[in-house]
Amino acid sequence: MADVRLKNVRKSFGAVDVINGVDIEVEDGEFVVFVGPSGCGKSTLLRMIAGLEDITSGTLSIGGTVVNEMPPKERGVGMVFQTYAIFPHMTVRENMGFGLTIARAGKEEKDRRVNEAARILQMEHLLDRRPSQLSGGQRQRVAIGRAIVRKPSVFLFDEPLSNLDAALRMDMRMEIGKLHQQLEATMIYVTHDQVEAMTLADKIVVLRDGEVMQVGTPMELYHNPANLFVAGFIGAPSMNFLSVDVSEVADGVALVSNPSLDPVRIGSVKQPVAVGHKATLGIRPQYLHPTDPDKGMLHGTVALTERLGAETIVDVAMKDGTKIIAALSEDRMLDPGTEIGLTFDTEQAHLFAEHP
Amino acid sequence: MASKLTRSTGAGWAFALPGFGLIALFIIVPFFFAFGLSLTNQRLISPNPTEYVGFENYRDLLSLSVITLEPERDDSGAVIRDEDGEIEYPRVRTITRSDDFPQYRGMREWFRWQSAETARVVIASDVVFMKALVNTLMFVLVVAPVQGGLALILALLINQKLRGINIYRAIYFMPVVVSIVVVSLLWRFIYDGNDGLLNNLLSAITFGGWQPVDWLGNPDTALGSIMAMSIWQAVGFHMVIWLSGLQTISPTLYEAAEIEGASKWQTFRYVTWPGLRNTAVLVLIVITMQAFALFAQIDVMTNGGPLDSTQTVVFQAVERGYGKQDISGGSTISVILFLLVLTISLIQRWLTREK
Ligand SMILES: Nc1ncnc2c1ncn2[C@@H]1O[C@H](COP(=O)(O)OP(=O)(O)O)[C@@H](O)[C@H]1O
Ligand SMILES: [Mg+2]
Repeated sequence: MADVRLKNVRKSFGAVDVINGVDIEVEDGEFVVFVGPSGCGKSTLLRMIAGLEDITSGTLSIGGTVVNEMPPKERGVGMVFQTYAIFPHMTVRENMGFGLTIARAGKEEKDRRVNEAARILQMEHLLDRRPSQLSGGQRQRVAIGRAIVRKPSVFLFDEPLSNLDAALRMDMRMEIGKLHQQLEATMIYVTHDQVEAMTLADKIVVLRDGEVMQVGTPMELYHNPANLFVAGFIGAPSMNFLSVDVSEVADGVALVSNPSLDPVRIGSVKQPVAVGHKATLGIRPQYLHPTDPDKGMLHGTVALTERLGAETIVDVAMKDGTKIIAALSEDRMLDPGTEIGLTFDTEQAHLFAEHP
Repeated sequence: MASKLTRSTGAGWAFALPGFGLIALFIIVPFFFAFGLSLTNQRLISPNPTEYVGFENYRDLLSLSVITLEPERDDSGAVIRDEDGEIEYPRVRTITRSDDFPQYRGMREWFRWQSAETARVVIASDVVFMKALVNTLMFVLVVAPVQGGLALILALLINQKLRGINIYRAIYFMPVVVSIVVVSLLWRFIYDGNDGLLNNLLSAITFGGWQPVDWLGNPDTALGSIMAMSIWQAVGFHMVIWLSGLQTISPTLYEAAEIEGASKWQTFRYVTWPGLRNTAVLVLIVITMQAFALFAQIDVMTNGGPLDSTQTVVFQAVERGYGKQDISGGSTISVILFLLVLTISLIQRWLTREK
């Protein structure tokens, strides 16, 4: 088992800078998820840890050793790819035992470890099949099995569930979570799906354009986003952003308002804001509650209602033409066109100096 | 939009007709013609009418026998030996021309071996054809693996992301686009016994210690020289086929192998080679067929000589059919070649089948 540390790591492909100075610390046994939109450099970062890409500058250490120049096999990492990358001409057993075959391990040991991995992944009955006879989920299980058998100290997953359908994705997600508890190994998991990140991670690293936006536990990121990007990326539906005027700042509490928002005091000021300037108020849809039109702090008309059964998503058009979304945790019909007011807990709203 | 034209079967057939007609005229009809003619005594130009002769042509080409010769003995029963101490045997023609052995009439010695005091002589009704058959098989046995293997090595070298790698691709492929006749002519100069490039080169790197060899004029080196040149000429073609096979293998598989710690050789063995299965079957069958069809090099470079050491089956077919105007003999050789190649291809398919 080992920890992974990146210090000021950079990567350029020719003149294109893809990773711009990243510092990340992954503790021994931790499950860390790199999350960010497509093209932000997650895969590149993971492939640098694996040793599949050179590191342009900075240091990468695994288990206390700097491994910048080390070939992948000496780093003690196992990797699971989005496209499975299992060998089509080998049976499941041969695929899973591949690392041991390469290391010229004895047949007995190979059998024992393959069987153990197959038991953990509940796929003992598939061992003699060929990849073409497996479903997508089973193939990904084989790929995970191949990584487990070698007992690497660090597991790397690059969007392992992206090629699976929604139902299977949830099953596999839970299995990977269970696997982490069972193996107690260090795992680094890359995804663009914030739900995977929230459910699996001990620690999430949010990336954007090759830079770390915030590092923290899922709940820290959810309740205390450091910037607009993280606030908007984590949570579904996305956080509402309202452009507001700051009229007073005292003791870290700001008084803000806009034409459809009655003045409110916000204690969660994420970035220094100044009186007389515009700022952005972020409120999660789940914290907005509808009330009568003349009550509440926000006023608008219902534009659309989506009823999901246990949840209702309401689009509300504000007076100034902007739109905000409220997510109600009950089934409720609000007719489009009705005027409503919305209240929210000011403790759960965040103020940012940035503008979306 | 499907217009009336593209939906009408009549139009489809009309478009296919010219191509189909040409294929029929020049490939399908001659194919069956060859079968028919091989059963007759047809000549290119002859005053006599053509007759059906059954399998006589095949007998004339393929008849083989082994005869046993007892050593000549003097009156005391002792074996007679010549000055070098070699045992003397009666001459083969005493048997093949004897009325006592009508079944051996017209056959000639191909080769012999000795066991104890008796000699066994293999006689064939067509020794030249037998030599052609053996040469062709030798050619296939050497060229198929060597050319296929070299082409694979070149493809592996070329299949890298390096600056200017395309130049090498072009260089290796160049001999393929040059006509084989031109290549053969050029190589005749290279192989020249007096002032050839190869002799000069060998003489230069041995500082004059090299004794010039008449590569194409020596029965021991002629076939080998033609093999070397043929391998060089077509290796680029098969390299391109291997290359296309290599590019169908997903790069992620190589990355997975790298992570699992595979060495270069292990990567080749467990990822590349299994991924090239179908390509390998294709390359093997194509090279085999091309090698069996060896003709132009022989025609330009040696004409089958010296001492029939470079006779080949196709060269014999042409030589019979047009040189000697024996159309039925040429057809018979073609049919035999067809059956030979068919059998070998089927065996190859069976050996390389998906298990
Ligand atoms: N081999 C490469 N050469 C040039 N650019 C690359 C290469 N690999 C990735 N990139 C670029 O780097 C950026 C990040 O890619 P990637 O790490 O795959 O993103 P992600 O996995 O987050 O979607 C992209 O803009 C991509 O175009
Ligand atoms: Mg990616």
